[in-house]
Amino acid sequence: MLQIMEGSHAVAEAVKLSRPQVVSAYPITPQTHIVERLAEMVADGDLDADYICVESEFSALSSCLGASAAGSRVYSATTSQGLAFMAEVVFNVAGMRLPIVMTIANRSLGAPLSIWNDQQDSLFLRDSGWMQLYAEDAQEAMDLHFIAYKACEHHDVLLPSFVCFDGFILTHTFEPVDIPTQEEIDAYLPAFKPYQRLDAKDPISFGMYATPDYYQEFRYEINAAMTKSKKVLREVGAEFGEMFGRDYSGLVEEYRLEDADTAIVAMGSVCGTVKDAVDEMRDEGKKVGLLKIRSFRPFPYEDVRTALAGVSNVAVLEKNINIGSRMLGAVGLEVKDAVYKSGTPVYSYVGGLGGRDIRRKDIKTITGWAETGRNDCFFGLREEVL
Amino acid sequence: MALNVGCSARPGKARDNKTGSWRTFRPVFDNEKCNKCGTCMLICPEVCIREDGEGYPEIDYEFCKGCGLCAEECPKDAIEMKKEEK
Repeated sequence: MLQIMEGSHAVAEAVKLSRPQVVSAYPITPQTHIVERLAEMVADGDLDADYICVESEFSALSSCLGASAAGSRVYSATTSQGLAFMAEVVFNVAGMRLPIVMTIANRSLGAPLSIWNDQQDSLFLRDSGWMQLYAEDAQEAMDLHFIAYKACEHHDVLLPSFVCFDGFILTHTFEPVDIPTQEEIDAYLPAFKPYQRLDAKDPISFGMYATPDYYQEFRYEINAAMTKSKKVLREVGAEFGEMFGRDYSGLVEEYRLEDADTAIVAMGSVCGTVKDAVDEMRDEGKKVGLLKIRSFRPFPYEDVRTALAGVSNVAVLEKNINIGSRMLGAVGLEVKDAVYKSGTPVYSYVGGLGGRDIRRKDIKTITGWAETGRNDCFFGLREEVL
Repeated sequence: MALNVGCSARPGKARDNKTGSWRTFRPVFDNEKCNKCGTCMLICPEVCIREDGEGYPEIDYEFCKGCGLCAEECPKDAIEMKKEEK
């Protein structure tokens, strides 16, 4: 049934339907509405979960780590500084192979202090061993939670996942969402079957000490599981499509790319604006299309290579900055690697940082830059204040 | 030992967890010089030097980390630290 609701509340509904047994989170803008609503659901008896109140994000994810190791389906949410504060535990969760799903309401990182959106926060944990899925709208944000749980808990994967959706742009806006029923989600996402768990009667420890004789092999195994997760994500995304009519079998999504000369690559809510800009440029006779990256980790190199096989230029719209790298953005590095052998030029254009609006005219500007071979740079930069 | 997912482990004893691979230098005992005083056995922080049937030191290299205390304290210079070849 379609309902109009705030993006954060749509995510809270998705979490409730996923039946987590333990929720632990610390409020932080712009994520707060999600966990506020979940706390209400638990208090009202609508969600049968333990809600662990903590004094910090570090404790929130630490509680989740313990609860997941004990065999529970676990949920958390955070953003920006909160995620940075969690960073130590983020790596431990992946290393202990605990399939926790955590929503990231994407926000810029300080300093300077900013509560507004970009994607720097999740991207800085690129190498942590968590999957990173990016939603374009509230519906996709909702659906990706079911998909993330199903993929993470698969015994070929056993890795945690971020479900990233843009702070304020998606968390605080109202959109129509189609909310599945509990019966439907129970059929899609059965109860969590832990691979191993803490049990006083059959003791086990997680994340033990590894000498130089073993550590490297553990990192190899995490990477191997991440590689395997591509196949699993495609399968569980396709299964979701069969049951609910919204297909997520692709780790990328193409929009008017089939005969395009120039491709714009982007992640998250800005893809909606890019689609509008692509439509307008198509009306003007320009052959432009969008490649939306839904899964940044695992990064779908094969899909990106196939999707960009026919284009002459690639403009990657970056809502992050890879400080100190020649390639200015984290996404562009991956895209450039994917198409490297073809020689197709790939440019990172950085913008929309700290909540600055990205408009259709900005999309047209960077499209023009890619066509004329302008090197990696910022767009929408206010030269007059530098 | 095959890896467990998530580096998980059952309860164990230090006896099962061999730590000798950390060693860079290996103590080698020369019984010709040894006067069986037992200082090396008393001072070994790993307690991995024992007395053999004749009263000479006998070392368990699966646990010796090569700290060199025995060689440093031996009054007869009967213990030589030799570099491990790996």
